Amino acid sequence: MKLWRFNGGLPSLAEHKNESVNLPIEMAAVPSQLVYPLRQHIGNAATPLVKVGEQVLRGQKIADAQGLISAPIHAASSGTVTSIAEHLIPHPSGFSAPSISITTDGLDKEVAYTPRADFRQLSVSELVNIVREAGIVGLGGAAFPTAIKLDNQSKSRRIQTLILNGAECEPYISCDDRLLKERADLVIEGVEILLHMLGAERAILAIEDNVPATFKSIQAAIVKKNNPVISAAQIPTIYPTGGEKQLIQTLTGKEVPSGGIPADIGIVSINVGTVHAVQQAVIEGKPLTSRIITVTGEGVTTPRNLEVRIGTPISTLIEACNGYTQLAKRLIMGGPMMGFALLNDEIPVVKATNCILVASKHEALTEKQAMPCIRCGLCASACPVSLLPQQLYWFSKSEQLEKAEKINLFDCIECGCCDVVCPSHIPLVQHFRYAKSALKVKNHEKHLSDVARERFEAREARLARDKAERAEKSRKKKAALKNKPAKEEIDAAIGRAKAKKLNQSDHES
Amino acid sequence: MSFFALILLFAGLGIVLGYAAIRFKVEGDPIVDQIDKLLPQTQCGQCSFPGCRPYAQAIANGEADINQCPPGGEAGIAALSDLLGVEAKPLNAENGEEKPKLVAVIDEETCIGCKLCIQACPVDAILGAPKQMHTVIAAECTGCELCIPPCPVECITMEPLAKTLTLWSWDKPDSTKQKVAQ
Amino acid sequence: MHFLTSNAPFIAPQNSIQKMMLWVLLALMPGVITMIWYFGYGVVFNIIICTTTAVAAEALMLYLRGRPIVPFVSDLSAVVTGLLLALALPTLAPWWIPFIGALIAIVIAKHLYGGLGYNPFNPAMVAFAVLMVSFPKSMTVWLLPYSLLPAGSHFSDVMSIVFQQLPNKEMIDAITAATPLDEMKTRLGLNQTVDEIRSASIFAEWAGQGWQTVSIAFLLGGILLLFKKIISWHIPVGLLSGLFAISFIFYLLEPGLTPSPIFHLLSGGAMLGAFFIATDPVTAATTLKGRFVYGFLIGVLTYVIRTWGGYPEGIAFAVILINMAVPLIDHYTQPRVYGHK
Repeated sequence: MKLWRFNGGLPSLAEHKNESVNLPIEMAAVPSQLVYPLRQHIGNAATPLVKVGEQVLRGQKIADAQGLISAPIHAASSGTVTSIAEHLIPHPSGFSAPSISITTDGLDKEVAYTPRADFRQLSVSELVNIVREAGIVGLGGAAFPTAIKLDNQSKSRRIQTLILNGAECEPYISCDDRLLKERADLVIEGVEILLHMLGAERAILAIEDNVPATFKSIQAAIVKKNNPVISAAQIPTIYPTGGEKQLIQTLTGKEVPSGGIPADIGIVSINVGTVHAVQQAVIEGKPLTSRIITVTGEGVTTPRNLEVRIGTPISTLIEACNGYTQLAKRLIMGGPMMGFALLNDEIPVVKATNCILVASKHEALTEKQAMPCIRCGLCASACPVSLLPQQLYWFSKSEQLEKAEKINLFDCIECGCCDVVCPSHIPLVQHFRYAKSALKVKNHEKHLSDVARERFEAREARLARDKAERAEKSRKKKAALKNKPAKEEIDAAIGRAKAKKLNQSDHES
Repeated sequence: MSFFALILLFAGLGIVLGYAAIRFKVEGDPIVDQIDKLLPQTQCGQCSFPGCRPYAQAIANGEADINQCPPGGEAGIAALSDLLGVEAKPLNAENGEEKPKLVAVIDEETCIGCKLCIQACPVDAILGAPKQMHTVIAAECTGCELCIPPCPVECITMEPLAKTLTLWSWDKPDSTKQKVAQ
Repeated sequence: MHFLTSNAPFIAPQNSIQKMMLWVLLALMPGVITMIWYFGYGVVFNIIICTTTAVAAEALMLYLRGRPIVPFVSDLSAVVTGLLLALALPTLAPWWIPFIGALIAIVIAKHLYGGLGYNPFNPAMVAFAVLMVSFPKSMTVWLLPYSLLPAGSHFSDVMSIVFQQLPNKEMIDAITAATPLDEMKTRLGLNQTVDEIRSASIFAEWAGQGWQTVSIAFLLGGILLLFKKIISWHIPVGLLSGLFAISFIFYLLEPGLTPSPIFHLLSGGAMLGAFFIATDPVTAATTLKGRFVYGFLIGVLTYVIRTWGGYPEGIAFAVILINMAVPLIDHYTQPRVYGHK
């Protein structure tokens, strides 16, 4: 299979897969408490369907999607809703947000699922609905509601290629790899469902070439299904090859237009974990209530790959891995390149959580001594989207945000390659994250001030008009008082009116 | 001979340049519009003019200084000084002081529906009818505080904006700080 | 349990300025050693005076500017600047030439513009240019390569010139000469042919006696830098191909009256300039395409200055002039961003 090469990237990124890649998936125990932030996907927050004190079952929908871009949430075990209130959420801001908390009863009673043996009997819109109702979002980290990606009937574009993203390029993470190794058959069945839904001509499952065993197990599963449309591709291990845009470029040579989505070029790309969730939802009838998470790093006693109930507090997961070691310094959700540090471990895991990295001092640098930029351009050579980070840095640092935007700040995927190669140890990506969010806030403020200006001007105009009208009225009144119309004029007017009336009645009769 | 050739050449160039200056003249916004764009549009009147546009007009006419807008704050003054090419100066304390943006909230229990605040609001952000309780459209409120003095029952308070994730912003890395690997 | 927060990426950086500079210093070693081998102690004096002055000036300026001294001095950029200047200077210069040169490079060309990362012109080349313009006499006196020195000239003679103990004029004449480039230029001006000129003893099969070997040593060092990815190929290839292209054209047009492209590539500072001076990241273009253009323009301009300019060697002036064009080059060579037309 012909492969393409994206610009830059880090072929030499220390991978740290060994800690967890050979550990089989284990089931995590039911935690005593489950916490569900109402917004754990891109789009509108879900609206709660339960009340405090209500009993819920595993698989029961506890919050419903609000609007099209949103996803419902399901309880992952049976128990009682104890609160619907603000709770710390897994977000770099350290904010709290409305969340549903459930105290589990340990019985783990489930709702009755409706399995469907043959998905080919179902129409595409029925399948889309199943995926939507199952609360499935992109499990690779983006958490975009999957149903929207799969609902292509209403849109005129054709999907030729379905890409299954099994390229887990971040160091430390191995949840997708374990899934592909252990549940290859289920994933391939999921691929068939997606092919059926999208009507795509081919499906490519991409796996990095540093895990050949996984590639073999997937190929065996494909052979078993005997579906010529599905193929597996081994791609070079270059971070960030698992980024959606980079993977598409690697496999097809095409580029997703800036500001566009893969469907614009006839491609849908889906994480393999999501495929597994779709298979579970369609065939077993089970909504998304659990996912596989890698718990790793030197700060945790026994690294593990766990199938975790979504909503489990991180502290419970750490206990399942025999607790923290002396080295635990930093708690990171996601990988070390694009994840974010959490303040404490009361925060629950959400649908998008693929890894909990408890890093030691030397695994996760906090801050580096930054030197001035020497314009060496290594960042530009490493940038997988061919940006000029040194230029962006210059503009971001000096608050010339519009100029940064002009040289395509918003095309930055925040992969962190430039940070790692920078000889001056400048926190480039943080500068870009700052610039992006500051621009968003600025644009919002600009919008508000434009609205205020408009409203102010409208009000001024209205006041002026009112004043003019009042002045006109009083002037007319005065004028009327001054020169009374002559008698004959009034008579003439009355005469005209009479004639008109007469005329009208003639017509009517 | 070459003397005349040069004279002709430079005269020709001069004419071409002069023509180009007229033909390709860049139309800029009138200065009042440009100033108005930089003002925060709070319409609070703290600058002693009845709104942002009149203040912009006054600055353009040279009747007002650029440091009279408390909601615009230091950043606003910097932007104005940039635009107008004049020295930036600290905010005039007589006009008020810079503070975070607030939003007016009417205590609906206490409101008697007198309409005085509605008349005071420069952006028509208060809804209500006579003898009915009023309410502030929070999204339209500029936080100008002009509605507070007219209220006979003091039922309007200024409250900070709710922290939301959509308006949350990442920290800017501090490049002046000495950073050490921990 | 509570944790400290900070921002991704959390992976340790793979690179540092110090590491890059160390590699540059290492890659300069073959050239330095051959240069000392051919031109003797003068080079050693230049290097010692230049680097110590540069480092001392760097520390002093950092102190005066209130910047942290240790991290900035230990990045070794001042050492590299000093060494590059030392290698560009005549092999037999009075001690105050490298001293003043290093001061100009660090104090004026580097720190007055804001220090590391902010200087628009290559500091070593600014210093070289200032010296060249101010002290043309001292800047054109080069020691003969070792093999051409008359028997009996010693360390003490070099010492006496370096430290200005008024050596006798005959001795100076006996052990010094103009550079091959200078010689070539002067005698071409006297209507001699290239073949006639190259029969002189200071010339060897490709270029100057000793000079050609030094150039090849710098080339080897440069290849090491390319191999270690400390520099990209764009600037050196651009520069050398620019110099080659224009000299080849004139070589074809006026055979006999123009030295060969090989002579140009292996003479003067072409190799040192291509791999070590023009590649100074701070003052070079930053886009890859731009770097090729930048190098190419320096190569062409070097030839122009060497052939028609007032000075025999053009690398320093070419680098400084093209430094000025860097913002323009960068502006027109922006790469196409992913997903853009």
